[in-house]
Amino acid sequence: MSEARGIYTLWLREVKRYTRERTRLISSFIQPLLWLVIFGSGMQFSSSGFGQLSYQEFIFPGIVAQTLLFTSMFMGISVIWDREFGFLKEILVSPISRASIFIGKMVGATTDAVIQGSFVFVLSFVVGIFVDIQTYLICLPIMILTTFGLVSVGLTIASRMESLESFGVIQTFVNLPLFFLSGALFPLTHVPEWLRWVSIVNPVTYGVDALRIVILKSAWTPLFPWQYDLLAICVFDAAMILIGTRVFGQRK
Amino acid sequence: MGRVGAIMSSIIEVKGLTKRFGSLEAVHGISFEVEQGEVFGLLGPNGAGKTTTLSMLSTILTITSGTAIVNGFDVAKQPSQVRRSIGIVFQEPSIDDRLTGRENLEMHADLYAVPGSEKGKRIDELLKLVELEDRADSFMRTYSGGMRRRLEIARGLIHHPKVLFLDEPTLGLDPQTREHIWDYIMKLSKRENITMMLTTHYMEEADKLCDRIAIIDYGKIIALDEPKQLKGDLEGDIITVKTEMVEELSRKLKETNLVKDMKKQKGELKLIVKDGDKIVPRVMEIAASSGIHVESISIHEPTLEDVFLHYTGREIRGEGSEEYHGMAQIKRRSIK
Repeated sequence: MSEARGIYTLWLREVKRYTRERTRLISSFIQPLLWLVIFGSGMQFSSSGFGQLSYQEFIFPGIVAQTLLFTSMFMGISVIWDREFGFLKEILVSPISRASIFIGKMVGATTDAVIQGSFVFVLSFVVGIFVDIQTYLICLPIMILTTFGLVSVGLTIASRMESLESFGVIQTFVNLPLFFLSGALFPLTHVPEWLRWVSIVNPVTYGVDALRIVILKSAWTPLFPWQYDLLAICVFDAAMILIGTRVFGQRK
Repeated sequence: MGRVGAIMSSIIEVKGLTKRFGSLEAVHGISFEVEQGEVFGLLGPNGAGKTTTLSMLSTILTITSGTAIVNGFDVAKQPSQVRRSIGIVFQEPSIDDRLTGRENLEMHADLYAVPGSEKGKRIDELLKLVELEDRADSFMRTYSGGMRRRLEIARGLIHHPKVLFLDEPTLGLDPQTREHIWDYIMKLSKRENITMMLTTHYMEEADKLCDRIAIIDYGKIIALDEPKQLKGDLEGDIITVKTEMVEELSRKLKETNLVKDMKKQKGELKLIVKDGDKIVPRVMEIAASSGIHVESISIHEPTLEDVFLHYTGREIRGEGSEEYHGMAQIKRRSIK
């Protein structure tokens, strides 16, 4: 019971902090907009091969996934701020368990990332899809499940990092490869064989595929059946949560 | 596992406590006991092992060897019971800037499972105690350094801890705010009937607040007693002679029986003597007859500074940079 209350209060903190940051909320609208409008329309010239789909429609679920990926990685790594500014100590000396601290942080950061991802749906009119509420509600659990694992990756990395200066390294070696090799921007039909293998072990691939199945409906030919997608995401989540709770906040 | 020992007056018992970081031994097998209700101070220069000791007692760091019992619980084996028994005010700021004062306190109450019916009342009570009730709903980043400290002290008390640890409670604060914080700490120790253990490198702070003081240097306790007793150990007065010819004067004085102990420093000689007022004229005579120019001479009762010098041969504030460091930390906090 007291563990649940601890998790709740840590979740509440993340959400409060997030919703109070106006500039972040605004930029969370702008970034996907840039991708959809500028990148999406610019790339129309090369791609005509998605059947009945425009390129913008094709990347829309990918941009949702990208928003989830970048936000959750950033939120996960933000634990470094907590450490840098001493706040983490306050949590670590409290009686609640390290696992609960990890879960509280994870659920909080997931909430933030999913809110941010949901903003992208508001922009669906830009690409002329008009996602209805029902479709969004089906996407919601997929988004949440995908984010759990990604936030856990962020938290795990953060608990091993000394300072935020290495954030750029994460951007280069984690975010961008996962993004590019997820099929979010282009189908992975033209990449070399070994890169295709990377995309198969990339959890984001399954998130993107599942979102496309739901949003684009019959216009999209699934890479995997949706059950496979969800299974892959859940396995990834379980593994990352397990690793994360082990590594997080180990004492010296 | 239950408590160790049913009847006890010591709330903290430390035996042979040691912490090693790789090849560096930060704390060398220290032992001490803290009585219930006492204000106990760890006094020493930066890097002496004060914070490391406190971190071990509060379960933040693991113990390399030795034992520590807090409120009857073994720190190594029962960390969560220990955590429930203690409150901590860290050396560095540890509050969330983007939350209000009250929100920070509420979160603490939730983390420590303070009953919901009591939570609001307790928070109001403590806000009043540290005189922050008017600012409770402002964001932390609008608080001054002293206000943050006060809120952190209040926070450490919400869950009715048996022991409150204070790690350099006034580091980086201006003298006026420092005295304010001292007043709060003294008020609390009376009102909350709580045991306090604090670390400090400010002599005055240790002297004013602590019932007993352990002087710690290079990870070892070199003296432990009541402040009055520690000063009394020096048995006498301190004469400070300012002169360029420290070596010559000390040699001359050694030939006499006047001085119990002396410490040479650059341009200064400190003498521990009995009946200081009678010795001063004699020192002047000796200096004059040997042609040693004395710039000034003063006499005072021993302070903890002298005690520290006596035991270690050094002034406690050798480096003098930590104050700036502390300020920088608080500044950095508000820049964010």
